[in-house]
Amino acid sequence: MSEVERPGAAEPERRPFLRWLTIVFGGLAGALAGIPIVGYFVLPKPKKIAWVPLGRANEFAEGETRLVTFDNPLRQPWDGMIAHAGVYVRNEGVDGDGQLRFLVLAVNCAHLGCPVSWFPQSGLFMCPCHGGVYYADGARASGPPPRGLFHCVWRIENDELQIEAPHYPTLQDTLDPHDESRTACSPRHEPRGLA
Amino acid sequence: MKRALATIGQWLDRRLAFREAILPMLRHPIPRGSAGPLGWWYVFGSASLTLLLLQIVTGIGLALVYVPAADKAYESLLYLDYEQPLGWFLRALHYYAGSGMVVLVLAHMTQVFLHGAYKYPRELTWVVGVALLLCTLGMFFTGQVLRWDPDAYWGLAVAGSMAGRVPQIGPRVVQLLLGGAVIGGDSLSRFFTLHVFVIPGALLLSLGLHLWLVLKCGISAPPDPAQPVDPRTYDAAYHAEVERDGVPFFGDALLKDMLFSALAVIVVVGLAAVLGPKGPSGPPDPTLGGANPRPEWPFLWLFALLSLSPPASETFIILVFPVILIAILLLVPFISNRGQRAPSRRPAAVLAVIVIYAVLATLTYEGATAPWSPDMTAWSGAAVPVSMVEGASPLRLQGAVMFQNKNCRNCHALDGVGGRRGPDLSEVGARMTSDQLIDQISNGTPGGGNMPAYGKQMRPAEMTAIVEFLSALRPDGGPAATDPSTRDTAQPLADASGSSGAATQ
Repeated sequence: MSEVERPGAAEPERRPFLRWLTIVFGGLAGALAGIPIVGYFVLPKPKKIAWVPLGRANEFAEGETRLVTFDNPLRQPWDGMIAHAGVYVRNEGVDGDGQLRFLVLAVNCAHLGCPVSWFPQSGLFMCPCHGGVYYADGARASGPPPRGLFHCVWRIENDELQIEAPHYPTLQDTLDPHDESRTACSPRHEPRGLA
Repeated sequence: MKRALATIGQWLDRRLAFREAILPMLRHPIPRGSAGPLGWWYVFGSASLTLLLLQIVTGIGLALVYVPAADKAYESLLYLDYEQPLGWFLRALHYYAGSGMVVLVLAHMTQVFLHGAYKYPRELTWVVGVALLLCTLGMFFTGQVLRWDPDAYWGLAVAGSMAGRVPQIGPRVVQLLLGGAVIGGDSLSRFFTLHVFVIPGALLLSLGLHLWLVLKCGISAPPDPAQPVDPRTYDAAYHAEVERDGVPFFGDALLKDMLFSALAVIVVVGLAAVLGPKGPSGPPDPTLGGANPRPEWPFLWLFALLSLSPPASETFIILVFPVILIAILLLVPFISNRGQRAPSRRPAAVLAVIVIYAVLATLTYEGATAPWSPDMTAWSGAAVPVSMVEGASPLRLQGAVMFQNKNCRNCHALDGVGGRRGPDLSEVGARMTSDQLIDQISNGTPGGGNMPAYGKQMRPAEMTAIVEFLSALRPDGGPAATDPSTRDTAQPLADASGSSGAATQ
């Protein structure tokens, strides 16, 4: 070190510390702000389970397919009429145990989600978009759909037919996780509170 | 007065230093050729920019009134269309200027491609240009959702179903796209944010970069077959030429751009004034039915390609094909960044442009007419032509009724009226025998194709009536169809056919 000290010659001793401090605080600031912000964007919303009443179970005529519309409780309060939803309900009669059985199908075509229409005269569901056709039990009849219609989870509570509020169904995220056969309908009787 | 202004100007410029920074940019020389008659080829980029400015102004105007909430968006659009003074015009102008932007960006890209202007040293300018094209298309797609009518809802449904096909993470991608478990307010907010903040941000950033590159790499001279691009000598030759013979960038060269931009604005204003705003087509209630979503016109070709392809290749076309196309576009300047630029010496490039546009036009036409979509009301809405049932037996009449009642007409036209998903059956009696008809109707298309098996959907008597009706549908006086495998006269082949009865149910 030279005899004559330049002004500020002491700085180089503090500067590495300052640099280090800047990196630490910079990283801390980035993490403190960044982690919750990224979390806000990527965290999935809590899954809501709600049951939708569709009507008195014995008021569905046996063997008849009917479109039932309702306000989907998975909606946001500001969703308005876009939250209106529909499912096709079919009373399948009484099973061996004397229990009423139902078939509840989402309106969304398994191909690309367009709403299928029910034609009672021919007993077929037809999709307006690419001509997917399904039989009355929801099984694929023809056209581009890779599978049958999506089955909703239903139950009967106090003689009332209820379904689990349906999310938007897609091929890897169906409405009924137990619906592997994709044609049979599985009732779920364990009671769950209406959300 | 003049002196006072000059003083203010000098005061400002001493602080802003615009004269030093901007003037050289405006005055920098560009090749004389691009300012000559060939300069008319160079007008598409600046016209796209002009329409973008129009989009920003009209977009800000619309955002003052539009409510991006699921329960109010539709009403605010109706308010814009019918109550807000000139609201209808702004909506229309925003749509047609957006359409014009897509047209002009494509024209600009085509010109740059044909003139080989993407070659050295302008490779990066092309790459950023591709980003601008994607931003423009992204604006179009997200803008369609903001119209918040049944088409927007079912368009989102289709997009959700497509996203759901991504292997493994499909459900997560659907959530990300829709913003929730169902299509609703969260989806609208998402697309509003993309349309108003995210994509415009990316677009303006890319645009700044694009213009910077245009300034730094210089405007390309019109292609000259005698001057192929050689990266080793190009820069020196280019600079020597513009130094010797160039004209200022901001000057007469810009006149053509300005004139063309003015024409582009006049055209979109005219379209907006005459055609009016697009939609909303109806209230956004998904239970109202009658949905038949169509993508906006820039995407009709992809919609058609998807609809015309066999189901097995759909997931590929949805998820992989667009990525391949974008990759090819991005790679264009790296496949060949040297050599000839003149279209007269690049027949393959010219041919590629012709083929690409022919394919796009054909697919867009198919997408607009969508013959693969059934006509869901034809069974009750389109009567059987009288000529087909005149003097018919009661059984045939019953068959005609059955044909309508079993919804056959939704997919099969008679005399050109009805669905076009399946073949027109006006003359089916000349093509298929009764046995073949029974087989086709009962079993549908073999291998699970496009026609459902009606075997369990109708009683034997109904089948008999329909087949009676259909086999009588023949051209005037034409003979009925015959099956060579079952004919026992004239054709010795019939004897060999052991399966002659197979077609009979």
